[in-house]
Amino acid sequence: MMMTAVASIPPFETFYADHSAEVLGLLRRRLGRDRADDAFQETFLRALRAYDRLRHGEYLRAWVLTIATRVAIDTHRRAGEPTDELPDLPHRDGVPAYEELAFLTDELPPKERAAVVLRYGYDLDYEQIASALESSEDAARQAASAGVRRLRRRLT
Amino acid sequence: MTIPTDLDRRFRASAASSGLLAASYDIIESELGPLFAAVTDRGLARISFDPEPEVELDRLASLAGPRVMRAPRALDETRRELDDYFAGRRTAFDLELDLRGLPDFTLRVLEHLAHVPYGQTSTYRDLAGQAGNPRASRAVGMVMNRNPLPIVLPCHRIVGSSGSLVGYGGGLERKEKLLRLEGAML
Repeated sequence: MMMTAVASIPPFETFYADHSAEVLGLLRRRLGRDRADDAFQETFLRALRAYDRLRHGEYLRAWVLTIATRVAIDTHRRAGEPTDELPDLPHRDGVPAYEELAFLTDELPPKERAAVVLRYGYDLDYEQIASALESSEDAARQAASAGVRRLRRRLT
Repeated sequence: MTIPTDLDRRFRASAASSGLLAASYDIIESELGPLFAAVTDRGLARISFDPEPEVELDRLASLAGPRVMRAPRALDETRRELDDYFAGRRTAFDLELDLRGLPDFTLRVLEHLAHVPYGQTSTYRDLAGQAGNPRASRAVGMVMNRNPLPIVLPCHRIVGSSGSLVGYGGGLERKEKLLRLEGAML
């Protein structure tokens, strides 16, 4: 039996009420008002589809913002626009976490940089990172540890 | 920032038609005040006179899983039948019911309760007898009190042997109103 208290998964209604405004804000910044509406539908439908596979209620905000970022990237890609950028996950105080880590991670290759920031800036697990980067969990783990190794070499 | 009503409505409609929701609920306006009503893929699972959803949401989530959302469209049929009932156009409901998780005795009592006709009353003692234990009227009273689907499963039609109304989960005033509506009380 698990002895640690793990946040239980709230009813989807509660999750939606807590995060819909922030998701819409992110999508409007990334896509503009017109395209944000469709992306909003897509984001929460993806979240709903995956919702009862969640194992606990931790990091739901980071999780849904990751999905929204993924949807925004897909939208850009479908429109033939460049997408080689780091997910734009706003931080609670308005400073994106990747800016806090930018001085360290700026020179990493994009995939490693994304994996490092999502892992250590947002505390996402590898399953979530894999879904954000559309790769496998193993690939996400390898990208993060390769990034950390590269940083270590650079810092020593 | 709150999200625009249109966008919110659109998502709730897509969620309802996606088939991904384990349970959907809405607040339905009625003669008896706002009602909390919830459906699952098996049928109507809950009607409550307390329209504050929080407790009900947790209960639904433990019954059907966490994909629970307010999705008015999923309640269209329930709303229509309740409207018809309160308008006096309907004397029986044609809704599928989701009664999973209830104890056997409760199910037996509710099964017999469902057959008490519109506009008539029966007693706790009769219902106890029909459920196989004539001395269990107090237990039947508890079942009525915890009826997950008041109105649709007509616990308002169950009265004391002396004809007194006795009690009602939603308050005696509501019981009286329902019996008046059905013409079972002058």
